[in-house]
This record gives sequence, structure tokens and C-alpha cells, in this order.
Amino acid sequence: MKKMIEVKNVTKKYGSKTALRDINLDIETGKIIGVIAPNGAGKTTLLKLIAGLIYPNSGEVLIDGKTKTVETKKIISYSPDCMMFSDYEKVSGILDFYENFFEDFNRKKAEELLNKIHVEQGERIGMLSKGKKELLQMFLVLSRDARIYILDEPLASVDPANREYLINTILREYKENATVIIATHLVADVENILDDVIILKDQKLFCYESVDKIKEEEGKSLNEYFKSAFRVDIEKV
Amino acid sequence: MSWNFDENISIFQQITEHISLEIVSGKYKAGDKLPTVRDLAVQAGVNPNTMQRALAKLEDDGLAASNRTQGRTVTADQARIDELKKQFAKRYAEEMIAKLRQIGLSNEEIIKTVSEELQ
Repeated sequence: MKKMIEVKNVTKKYGSKTALRDINLDIETGKIIGVIAPNGAGKTTLLKLIAGLIYPNSGEVLIDGKTKTVETKKIISYSPDCMMFSDYEKVSGILDFYENFFEDFNRKKAEELLNKIHVEQGERIGMLSKGKKELLQMFLVLSRDARIYILDEPLASVDPANREYLINTILREYKENATVIIATHLVADVENILDDVIILKDQKLFCYESVDKIKEEEGKSLNEYFKSAFRVDIEKV
Repeated sequence: MSWNFDENISIFQQITEHISLEIVSGKYKAGDKLPTVRDLAVQAGVNPNTMQRALAKLEDDGLAASNRTQGRTVTADQARIDELKKQFAKRYAEEMIAKLRQIGLSNEEIIKTVSEELQ
């Protein structure tokens, strides 16, 4: 399969602190990839590097064979791990913004998705619950016809029923020529929809493997595997 | 709404088994058209690539067939479906007998218990 994202010998530092060390990844088109890691291992940094929002100190990130340009940014739909919009804005205003800013934004699709969770266009962001804000952001990002979707912690505040709806939306909207990268701590919720998983540990790549292969080799779920690999040794603390 | 999975076993195996059971139990009959990969993936709450592989496995096993005009269908070969049903029945019977033996029932007692339950 075609390589969509290549991360080559990437190291990223913030001042003297190393956030990621010597990362190498080849990510193919048409896959749903999970990024899981303990807190502070570099998940968000990796996603920002791929999204082209920050630059590595050494190494390079190639999107569809190219380094970051306006063209590569056009094909990436990114949702950060925090809210993108101010509380004063109305839902309709944000839809207008997306429509003006992104040629590939399908407003009708976003409106349909928002109707299902009863978010009115006249509402201000500040009036929405935390979970609905997250869903709104996710639906905007998923309503673009992009080649790469990068979702940083999309599920944290969303209730279990809406979480299922969001995961279903990801599956329904998922296209064979697109790549979806999801960073989350909620491993159990996403493990059935992942092709492969990237696990980071201590700022380095710990493993990049097919989820089915991990299950077969370890005889346990990805969630259990992750917990057993990273369990804090209570005796020693 | 999504299917129930044992999270410790590979999803691929479980999907294959789930659809096989639906064929055996008559939800999808011989020659019936199967839903698309996308629809099945959304139904099951799994990755479409995994669903695609599971359906390919069912084809290899002779339970499904790809047809250029109709998409993917259940095999028209009823004998193949009956054979699979036998395999499932055998496995379930073995599992049940193993459990009854585990609690110390003899063969006669097992037969007696099962026939009583069937009344």
C-alpha cells in the first residue's frame, strides 16, 4: 500500500526538554491508526508534527511524499486536544468559518451530524456541555473531505452513548483513500476500530504493530496489554 | 448496537464466526445478498479493513461468494451450510458435555438432564 505519512528520524525538543526522540514511522493510506501512550510520552507532539503545526529539530515528516506546504496542509483535517473555538461564537458562525476556510468542507453533512445530537445553530459554544463541544469539533473535522484526519483525544468528555455515535461516524465517513490517526487514553473504546497502533514510551517509539497481531501474540486485549506494559509499580512508589 | 466481542480474542476471528452463525441460523439464507462491507463494519462497530478480511475468509471457506453484478452473497450451496451447522452443533455439544462432566455427571446423568430440559 501507498505510504501516506513518513516520519523519518524525527527528534523534537522544547527548549532543553526532549519531547520525542528519533521516531521513524511509515503510515499507509486507508488505515485507522491509534496512538496510545502514558501521559507526557509525546502523543500530542507527534500529532502536531504530522499535522505540520510544529517542526522537528532534526529529521523530517513527509506527507504524500512531500515536506510541509500549503498543499499538504489542505489534505489534513486536524482536531487538537483542546477547544478550537471561543465560547462567544455561535454554532452557525463556526459552520460559516469552516465553509469559508476549507474548500473540502461539507456543511450539509456537518449539519446532519449536529442535528442528531440536538445542537442548534443559534446556540453559543459556551452554552454547550463539554461533551457536546467535543462532538461539535469532531464533526466539523470529519465533515471535511480530507486525506488525513488527526484526532487528538476526541472522546475524553463524551458520554458512552455519544461515544458510540462518534465512533460510528468515524467508521461511516471513513474512506479507503484516507488515513485516520486517533490519539486517546480510552483504549477499550477504540481498539475494535483500529488497524494498527503506535505506542510511545519515554519519548520513544515503543511499538508500531497491528492490533490483531498484538491480541494474537499476547492473548489479551490492547487495553490490557497497554495497562500491563505501563502499570506503575506500586511497591516501589 | 455493535456486536459483542470478547476483547481478548482477535476481532477478525470473532467477526468471521458471528457472520457464519448468522448464515447457519438462517438470518442470511443460501444465495442471499450480504450487506456491504461498510454497512457490516458500522453495524459491528469494527474497522472496515477487518470486516473486508473476514468476508474474504468466508469466501475462502466457501460460505460466501463474490459476484460482479450482485456484490457479495451467501453461498448457494445449502449442503455447505448444513455441514457448517453440524460443526457448530458438535462444538456446542462438546462444550456442554465438558461442563457437565466437570461437575461430576456420568454419561447417563448427562443424557437424563438434557432430555428433561428438552421436555
